[in-house]
Amino acid sequence: MTTPATPQTDTGGAIADTPFAPLVQTNAAIGEPRLVRWLLIGLTLLFLGVFLLLPLLAVFTQALASGVGAYFSAMVDPDALSSIRLTLLTAAIAVPLNTVFGVAAAWAITKFKFRGKGLLITLIDLPFSVSPVIAGLVFILIFGSRGWLGPWASEHGLKIIFAAPGIILATVFVTFPFVARELIPLMQAQGTDEEHAALTLGARGWSTFWHVTLPNIRWGLLYGVLLCNARAMGEFGAVSVVSGHVRGQTNTMPLQVEILYNDYQFAAAFAVASLLALLAFVTLGLKSFLEWRHGSELAAVRGH
Amino acid sequence: MKKIFSLMTGATLAAVATLVAGNAAAAGLLNVSYDVSRSFYKELNPAFVAQWKQQTGQTITIDQSHGGSSKQARAVIDGLDADVVTMNNPLDIDAIADAGLLPKNWAQQYPDDSSPSWSPIVFVVRKGNPSNIHDWPDLVRSGIQIVVPNPKTSGNGRYSYLAAWQYARTRPGASDTDSIEFEKKLFANVPVLDVGGRDATTTFVQRGIGNVLLTFESEAKLILANFGADQYEVVNPSITVRADNPVALIDKVAAKKGNTDLAKAYLKFHYTPAAQEILIRNGLRPSDPAVVQKHVAEFPPLHTFTVAKDFGGWPHAQKLHFSDGGIFDQIISRASK
Repeated sequence: MTTPATPQTDTGGAIADTPFAPLVQTNAAIGEPRLVRWLLIGLTLLFLGVFLLLPLLAVFTQALASGVGAYFSAMVDPDALSSIRLTLLTAAIAVPLNTVFGVAAAWAITKFKFRGKGLLITLIDLPFSVSPVIAGLVFILIFGSRGWLGPWASEHGLKIIFAAPGIILATVFVTFPFVARELIPLMQAQGTDEEHAALTLGARGWSTFWHVTLPNIRWGLLYGVLLCNARAMGEFGAVSVVSGHVRGQTNTMPLQVEILYNDYQFAAAFAVASLLALLAFVTLGLKSFLEWRHGSELAAVRGH
Repeated sequence: MKKIFSLMTGATLAAVATLVAGNAAAAGLLNVSYDVSRSFYKELNPAFVAQWKQQTGQTITIDQSHGGSSKQARAVIDGLDADVVTMNNPLDIDAIADAGLLPKNWAQQYPDDSSPSWSPIVFVVRKGNPSNIHDWPDLVRSGIQIVVPNPKTSGNGRYSYLAAWQYARTRPGASDTDSIEFEKKLFANVPVLDVGGRDATTTFVQRGIGNVLLTFESEAKLILANFGADQYEVVNPSITVRADNPVALIDKVAAKKGNTDLAKAYLKFHYTPAAQEILIRNGLRPSDPAVVQKHVAEFPPLHTFTVAKDFGGWPHAQKLHFSDGGIFDQIISRASK
């Protein structure tokens, strides 16, 4: 069939007397041989299957290995319920906090010039580069009974580490960069022209932010919030250090999975793991939905 | 956008409210324990709660925290509000005592060195004992693969190491030098040193590595119960170590929480016949010889030694054998060459 998209034949006629012969060969290379194409696609699918799909499948088959009844009874076990509650509580506090701080940090960094900006950017990245175990230990050093603020806290009857507040603090620390890191490239790309325009038209700082900046970044922001949420619910290392592992009280879902697994309760461990995976699916589903609806706006975010 | 923000604010406020309410709730008794005692306490705690209710009319709750023994001790030192600790190793309680949270003579406060239960190190082999392993000398035959956790990081490993040491030096005409040679050969047969006892079980059972696993009898009984008595069997060596599971009251914390009497009663309860029967059901040997006698078929008498008597106590043994540059380090560096 002769379709318009046949550059080989178009340029092929001119090949003898054109000085740009190598270009033709490049064009021909755009259409990879079928075998290579299939091989590449096949390899990619195989890779995805082995490293992503198979583990997920394993989680769900193991979870249901002892039957549906066992699966649901593992879910309503008081310890499991408490871990679900604590995980949701942690995310409900850590994510909004980091949303506010992330927006504030990104706004300051991209819309203003000030000294120490480089330092601020480095600080925002710190939780990414520090091992989660260290992140947890930092809070023990601060709030532990022999730490800086520990004795003061215990005098005032405040329980921080080995209780929910410590878990939330550690989670806030670990998930801090997600929102800011999503927003900074997006806001840098957008520049400050619109804000300037708003200011010259007499808008104040707050209304400029609320009516100009925020609408521009909303999808990038939601994307960052979703990533932040996924990590907040899944964080293991830092939380494990400050948790104290009191059953039914200070175990989050990832910790509960580990405990059940170590107690030989494999089906129950995978049941909780599958719920955690489902929560991740919901997050990913929301993310895909956003990409599908607002692909072009998100392109800038994903460019980094 | 505004809607989303108000929704998020609402969720945060609700979460903070829950947190504040949770922090104010009355704390129960907190028992900080080692990794694998969970099934035991799952049975023991309700029995104690029922007895306490009967005696005093009070309804109490007992919270459990489980983890690696040394990690747990560390958490208690750092401020985990434990009323009592129940460990598989006196060293870890000593560490808490060093931090000033309980008196140094804690081991004298309850019967049997404050240890209501104990467990020996035994061998677990695959069904039918295909490698023909019956006692310590069989472990150092060439071609035998031993799974044992790292003595530097686990109680299991330390006890196994000391048991091998004791066997080697109590042979006729032998001395400590023979023990070093024996340990060298033994650890040359260890393909992988896991961090903890549970990891070693996983290596032996789920990954199928090794001809023999060295572990506590209680863990061996769990393996048989969970992975099939038709797949594994237990071999009792001619001499083995008595690993005590000590308990202690964390005076300062319990006093602060107003739990002292309750915590003391809880620890004493471990020595009652009812609790000792629960120990038996969970594969542990109770300190009461009369109870062991009743279950002699499951818990045959063993020739045991203690670290306190034969190795000059745990602090001494720890320093001599397991400190950095200690005898174990020397053995390992030579075994790997």
